[in-house]
Amino acid sequence: MTGFGTILLILAGQFSAISLMAFGGGINTVVPELHRQAVTIHHWMDDRTFADLFAIAQASPGPNMLIVTLVGLKAAGLAGALVATLAVCAPTCLLTFGVMRVWDRVRASRWRAVVQQGIGPVSVGLIAATALVLSRAADRGPVLVGITLATAAFAFFTRFNPLWALGAAAALGLVGLVK
Amino acid sequence: MTTARSAPPSLIGLYLGFAQIAISAFGGALPWARRILVEDRGWLSDEDFTDLLALCQFLPGPNVVNLSIAVGARFRGAAGSAAAFLGLMAAPVVLITVLGLLYLQFGQIGSMRGVFSALGAAAAGLVIAMAAKMAEPLVRRRPVTAIPIIAAGFVLAGLLGWPLPLVLAVLGPISIALAWRVSV
Repeated sequence: MTGFGTILLILAGQFSAISLMAFGGGINTVVPELHRQAVTIHHWMDDRTFADLFAIAQASPGPNMLIVTLVGLKAAGLAGALVATLAVCAPTCLLTFGVMRVWDRVRASRWRAVVQQGIGPVSVGLIAATALVLSRAADRGPVLVGITLATAAFAFFTRFNPLWALGAAAALGLVGLVK
Repeated sequence: MTTARSAPPSLIGLYLGFAQIAISAFGGALPWARRILVEDRGWLSDEDFTDLLALCQFLPGPNVVNLSIAVGARFRGAAGSAAAFLGLMAAPVVLITVLGLLYLQFGQIGSMRGVFSALGAAAAGLVIAMAAKMAEPLVRRRPVTAIPIIAAGFVLAGLLGWPLPLVLAVLGPISIALAWRVSV
């Protein structure tokens, strides 16, 4: 077992780094890395718990980066939740504050447009990887696969609030159609 | 186009404004941020909002968190950033922590087990739809450069489980070089 202090240090270090790598789509681009750290490397939780925590973060109000708060909570309790949340926010907040002053010049430059264009497809590929990591963790049988596909179709083809899909899924779970 | 209609917000105003964004924001905070900052409270013009949003989307990190820092700094400097950030984060962090504790305590019990399994499967579906929606315009506008990069990101990070720094170090320069060649 890793000591409590060590876990907090790992959370602080790894999650600050992850924060600065979350380009172009916010937290959803770094979920594969979060999963790698939390499940594969440090064994703070199993696949199933990771998928559950991601779902709770999706269904809860606020910025969708709150999955990191839950990973911290599971890894090291309330202190872990706080450290993980601050670690993910601090570096990028300081960066934003600093860049504000020079943004007018940066914004107009050609390299800014090129970099932003280049980031786009990488982000989409990473979000697709997130979808795979979560599906693999969550879909443990035909009914669950069906829920994933139906929700994807609902959110892609209609303009209804995706909370309806989460609510419908929760109802299926509550009546015992899912284990 | 609108112009900013209201006087610059106070620190408490910033805190409350971003708290309102936070509790309204189910599944994506940015549309709510625009509505509250531009339409309801009139702190920013449409153009100002778009400009600050471009900054927050260019930099790494959660976009709406960056936005709280940028909007706060614009009106009240560092204290404004702190007020807006705390407004955005305080209630959601407390709520998610309570939900997380309830889950860790009771999540394995009887029918709750099924509820969380189903929610997890549905959340995975939402991310599939998100990836597809974001891929569509890129694939249509510049298929030759976008498709290989998207596919490579999916394979390296998803199928092969590469560490993120490695994925970014390999794909970032290639994708930016491709975008640069197209732009010349």
